[in-house]
Amino acid sequence: MTILLVIEAEATGLSETARRAFGAARQIGSADILVVGTACADTSAQAAKLDGVGKVFVAEGTEAEGLTAEVLAATVMGLSERYDGFAAAADSVGKNFMPRVAALLDVMQVSEIIAVESPTVFTRPVYAGNFRQTVEVPAGEKLVLTVRTSAFEPAALGTASAPIETVPLIVPETGTARFVSESLAGGERPDLATARIIVSGGRALGSKERFEETLRPLAERLNAAIGASRAAVDAGFVGNDLQVGQTGKIVAPDLYIAIGISGAIQHLAGMKDSKVIVAINQDEDAPMVKLADYSLVGDLFELVPELIQALPKSDA
Amino acid sequence: MKILVPIKRVHDAYLRPRLAPDGSGVDLEKAKMSMNPFCEIAVEEAIRLCEAGEASEVLVVSVGPGACQDVLRTALAMGADRAMLIEAPLHVEPLSVAKLLVSIVEREQPDLVITGKQAIDDDSNQTGQMLAALLGWPQATFASNLERKGAEITVTREIDGGLQTVAMALPAVVTTDLRLNEPRYPSLPNVMKARRKPLETLSPDTLGVDIAPRLKVLKTEEPPPRKAGTRVADVAELVDRLQNEARILRAES
Repeated sequence: MTILLVIEAEATGLSETARRAFGAARQIGSADILVVGTACADTSAQAAKLDGVGKVFVAEGTEAEGLTAEVLAATVMGLSERYDGFAAAADSVGKNFMPRVAALLDVMQVSEIIAVESPTVFTRPVYAGNFRQTVEVPAGEKLVLTVRTSAFEPAALGTASAPIETVPLIVPETGTARFVSESLAGGERPDLATARIIVSGGRALGSKERFEETLRPLAERLNAAIGASRAAVDAGFVGNDLQVGQTGKIVAPDLYIAIGISGAIQHLAGMKDSKVIVAINQDEDAPMVKLADYSLVGDLFELVPELIQALPKSDA
Repeated sequence: MKILVPIKRVHDAYLRPRLAPDGSGVDLEKAKMSMNPFCEIAVEEAIRLCEAGEASEVLVVSVGPGACQDVLRTALAMGADRAMLIEAPLHVEPLSVAKLLVSIVEREQPDLVITGKQAIDDDSNQTGQMLAALLGWPQATFASNLERKGAEITVTREIDGGLQTVAMALPAVVTTDLRLNEPRYPSLPNVMKARRKPLETLSPDTLGVDIAPRLKVLKTEEPPPRKAGTRVADVAELVDRLQNEARILRAES
């Protein structure tokens, strides 16, 4: 079984998300990588050093701006005959283009796998993570997978470098969305998808200002990423890029501190695989308090500053 | 402009699903079923485009058993003009749904397809993208804003790092994210009126589409439970436990 893993070129080089997705691909069989983007040099050079990678293809150019699904799918299809399967991280890029690849290959995609049981059997969450389903792809059919990267360990980097080969970006003549612009939040806080600690806030924070002034000092003290519930995003406290949940980011940090988040089923779906969960909440019957490993019931506006004071000065 | 809105009937989003005792998967026999929340947003968006004079007709379609008529009637009561039910078993894979929708698109020639980005039961997040690929149409998934500008539509998409804007010539496929709109509740008079709106029933056979599943579901199970948590008395106890029990935070030296 030979898998082609599709990853996005990042300004910061090979991402931890990509390394985790490669870890999943290697559990299935041998794996090559296709790096797609407008500037791929750093990412592809580092990808070539991943332990066990056979070959790295690079599809680079301005046509890849915005990583539109039509271009990515067509470019992957250009390599489709060489591979038994295709995988990508289940991030907003992978979720966008990979089902097109599946449809063009006339196969079903297995979305957001969390475990590789065998090269044709995969486990994935359904019903917002309330259940997990194990599915088998028929023998001889091409695999198309997206990977929930928080469920896999990042692959190690070795010292040898795999060969790098350039392939063309393929832009369909018609039926392609045109990239207009992007407004990326960016920020000085660690990335939500890979942070070791996440401090997350809900509607109980009350306002954009109070969300910021309550959570930021705690996040800074812990060197944590900031997350939010859908209610907090809908209320405009923070941007959509910070939403944790079934339809936002799926995270599994070492420590998840839920502050003023009652714990709607859709939010729990996005964070319940965190190693340790702390809930700080007024309501002792809130689902988040019941789920948490440690719960602290009371007024968050008193407890959070107190917690900041009580934490050791150095990073966790 | 004619808009096609594929909708799915799913286990109610606000109720806890349960596994059937016979191991066959999630128990839907006695469950309360509703329109998939992302599909409701799609219906709402299509109706708003009509109300704004940008579109002239909204056609809703669902794939599933006869009971799906209830979500189609809900969409009609919200303001859709016509409905189609493709009668099929309870579970139809996204690839098959996309193929059925291709045949509806060929019959109806819509300018725009708007559907939910994912169904909250199987969480596949595939159908809209597959439909676009099979038709050779452009797509804009995870839409949080949609504007018509002449022959194009401009869509703002929710992506991991923030927001992305793309423009597409019609015909095109859009899938909805949460913040696109807040769906309306149908009024009682509109519920009454919806009963008289046309609802056509079709079958995969007459459309010439094979809907046999490709994936074999081996089992559906509960995830391993988390161990019971501890209520801590105060901040000091919390920090102590995080340092010395969970060993997540480094103890002060």
